[in-house]
Amino acid sequence: MSLLEVNNLKTYFHTRNGIVRAVDGVSFSVDKGKTIGIVGESGSGKSVSCYSLLGLLPMPPAKIEDGEAIFDRSTDLLSCGEKVLRTIRGKKIGMIFQDPMTSLNPYMRIADQIIEPLCLHMKMDKEKALKEAIHALDEVGIPEPDNRINMYPHEFSGGMRQRVMIAMALITNPEILIADEPTTALDVTIQKQILDLIQTRQKELGTAVIFITHDLAVISEICEEVNIMYAGRIVEKTDTKSLFRTPKHAYTRSLLKSIPANQVKGEKLYTIPGLPPDTSQIIRGCAFRERNQIGDQNECLTNSRPEFKEIEPGHWVQNCPGCLS
Amino acid sequence: MTNQITDTEAGTSLWKDSWLRMRKNRIAVASIIVFSITCFFCFIVAWFCKDPNQVNLANKFSGPSSEHWIGTDALGRDLFSRILYGGQVSILVGLIATTVSVTIGIIYGALAGFFGGKIDSIMMRVVDTLFSIPFLMIVIVLQAVLSEWSRETSVWIVSNLNWDKGFTDRITNVLPLFFALGLLGWLTLARIVRAQVMSLKEREFVEAATSLGLTKLTVLFRHIIPNTLGPTVVYATLSVPGFIMYEATLSYLGLGVESPNSSWGILIKEGANYLETNSQLLIFPGIIFSITLFALNFLGDGLRDALDVRASKD
Amino acid sequence: MLRFIINRLLQGLLVLFALYTITFFLAKAMPGEPFTTEKNISEEAKAYQRAIYGLDKSLFEQYLRYPINILTKGSFALSTSKGRPVEDIIAQSFPNSLILGLSALGIAICIGVPLGVISAIRKNSWVDWGAMSIAMIGICVPAFTVGPLLQIYIASHLPGLKVAGWGSPADIILPALTLGLTTAAYLARLTRGGMLEILSQDFIRTAKAKGVPSNKLITKHALRGGLLPAIAFIGPSFAALISGSFIVETIFQVPGMGQHFVNAVIARDEFLLLGVALFFGFLIVIMNLAADILTGIMDPRVRLGSNQK
Repeated sequence: MSLLEVNNLKTYFHTRNGIVRAVDGVSFSVDKGKTIGIVGESGSGKSVSCYSLLGLLPMPPAKIEDGEAIFDRSTDLLSCGEKVLRTIRGKKIGMIFQDPMTSLNPYMRIADQIIEPLCLHMKMDKEKALKEAIHALDEVGIPEPDNRINMYPHEFSGGMRQRVMIAMALITNPEILIADEPTTALDVTIQKQILDLIQTRQKELGTAVIFITHDLAVISEICEEVNIMYAGRIVEKTDTKSLFRTPKHAYTRSLLKSIPANQVKGEKLYTIPGLPPDTSQIIRGCAFRERNQIGDQNECLTNSRPEFKEIEPGHWVQNCPGCLS
Repeated sequence: MTNQITDTEAGTSLWKDSWLRMRKNRIAVASIIVFSITCFFCFIVAWFCKDPNQVNLANKFSGPSSEHWIGTDALGRDLFSRILYGGQVSILVGLIATTVSVTIGIIYGALAGFFGGKIDSIMMRVVDTLFSIPFLMIVIVLQAVLSEWSRETSVWIVSNLNWDKGFTDRITNVLPLFFALGLLGWLTLARIVRAQVMSLKEREFVEAATSLGLTKLTVLFRHIIPNTLGPTVVYATLSVPGFIMYEATLSYLGLGVESPNSSWGILIKEGANYLETNSQLLIFPGIIFSITLFALNFLGDGLRDALDVRASKD
Repeated sequence: MLRFIINRLLQGLLVLFALYTITFFLAKAMPGEPFTTEKNISEEAKAYQRAIYGLDKSLFEQYLRYPINILTKGSFALSTSKGRPVEDIIAQSFPNSLILGLSALGIAICIGVPLGVISAIRKNSWVDWGAMSIAMIGICVPAFTVGPLLQIYIASHLPGLKVAGWGSPADIILPALTLGLTTAAYLARLTRGGMLEILSQDFIRTAKAKGVPSNKLITKHALRGGLLPAIAFIGPSFAALISGSFIVETIFQVPGMGQHFVNAVIARDEFLLLGVALFFGFLIVIMNLAADILTGIMDPRVRLGSNQK
């Protein structure tokens, strides 16, 4: 059994304008030391599914309707309750977020923020924790860590802050690191550095990583397995190699086609037409039907949602004839 | 989040959208109704009531009766009609002072925000400085300065226009208050409007308007100011009860409306003197006063929730 | 930080000067004149008195003379209605006003801030609803209704409390409570708003993801930023307390500065008016400075921003 097994996770938002089915039956698993990617457009439910695991969503309006997330063969993260969850958050599962500008507390020194997990979970005294923290900052490549640790977040650049976030998330040596679009808000030159850093630290510590992104290029660099999400569900799941070599689902193919580097020079850039469906409406049939240009739109299911099926060993896909053709 | 069609709809009918949200807010709707009823009584029903200044010493402190619905005061005047006539003054002070201050605030803030640079920083420094000056103190002095002028105005109106003396006195008596409050209450709104204009003038529709050949000032008044209306409406609604409170405070100190004219502040002041023996003289005006302020404040809060684009996203 | 304080003090001087200018010319524009208390006063006597008080000089000269006298001789001139030096009147009444103002501010903070924090944590619960309703009552029911009610229903029933008067420490309680309630209500609303804003920030989610328990989430991570709007309001709220003190001093017969101001306007006593106005203005400048410094301590971004300027 894997380190983390998520089965049939359903997270709905109960809003004034109806029920938004942000995550609607998602399953995935992570093995020790491995990296999986979750890819999708904004609003596809990729971040919500990971926030659900750690109970980070404001409830209400969010509500976990169904599913389980077995961590370490014993604890169901979704039903274990806040108290148990708190011992897992920041200790066994670390997390880094998209925007390093807003994810660090502007009113607290870096030192106080970074030693917090140590003091909370390891019951370390402040002095020892500070030493540990300076070491951690050094590991993520922050110059003069013993000086800089006493500064405030606004005195750091965006890339530096993300390094601090990584150091903070990994300081307790967690078994899983959830990275929620950690490079999206950064300059392109910094993105590569941060990705490399995550990979190096992962190798050194043996951490498993769940990498959430909308950028397939990033996936190809660091993930071993990929889940493509669309409208709250996973449409395709396979190892990175076969995803790029033999993508099956029309949505995956559209995504690959829309990467600028994959397109012929001088031609108009390909973009997927339309917008993702409104998940507050009940979707009957294939959710991608209306935007499907690459497959055969007319053959897409209209009356029943396509089932998730293993069509080749290790290659799972939503079985909709229109999207697979 | 939603599809394209609803997006454009929300863009064109922000006010309709807000109205729909507003209608769902039960407290805000109740506030509108309460305030409307109060206004109806003060401005319409009052004309059919007894003379609020009719002294009848033989019948002072009388309890509720068919003659005097909620009794009479220390001079035997009908409390019910005094409350209604007092309400006229209090509500008018709130509305007119707000109109004056909103007008000044919008123009001042919009000009500062639109011109920016040095002009803006000087104009805002002036606002900062005035902000630190205790408002009520200046109002007190200013209203003393203007009171002579209001007396002369009253005499002029009565002799030249042949208006009813009682009515004219009631109105001119509070004119200094209107202006003293209005002239000094515009500071916050100037700041709000300035900030709005600053961000709005960078937006595309302004560029589009200028490229069509409209002058800067036309753009400001036709295109930018209407777009600052949301926050302005909210602020204006919330400042009405503030001004009513100021009027009551000044009247209580004997510096606002003068007896025998009534205002809610005067009535509460008079009532407080007889609290032990005739508590209804304080309780009734106090309740009406507070309920009106409640309604206006809740209405302002409701409007803020309904109009605030940030809040409407979740 | 020192530069920041000096900068603010200079700005405060500017405020005081503007306040002086406005009050001076308004006082001059007031209809009526001083010395009308003694009836049948002859024109010569009036002129003589005007000369004593320096009121015969040109407007411009008077305008300059007053601040110069304050700075060089420490003299705030004679009150025309009381015939005593204004500084004596202020020295006598100021301690009472200060005690009343500070106790009211203390009461307002002790009631308002916790109420706001609790409302924000329990957003949309009955606690929130109840606290905000009470706050709304505090804003909508004027001090001159609360004061008399407290006098009749509390003071006359509890031993040790007097209906009015100023002598024993217990006499402070009711006036301070009356004065502080409105400010407490505003503080509660501001604190709630500030806390809700902070609690919706990304860094709160980060802290939660680190496993910070919810009570520490509030005290360590949210409180500092969440209290900023309330702290920024301390300066203005002190100004509001001064305004309120005019009324509360009348109701509870506190011998403070507020009544002198009101009486000065009625008696057209411009020197007393100017003196009290400037003193109140000075207090507000000091409170604003205190609020600014406190904001700087709480918000590192403000602190650095001002140093760089």
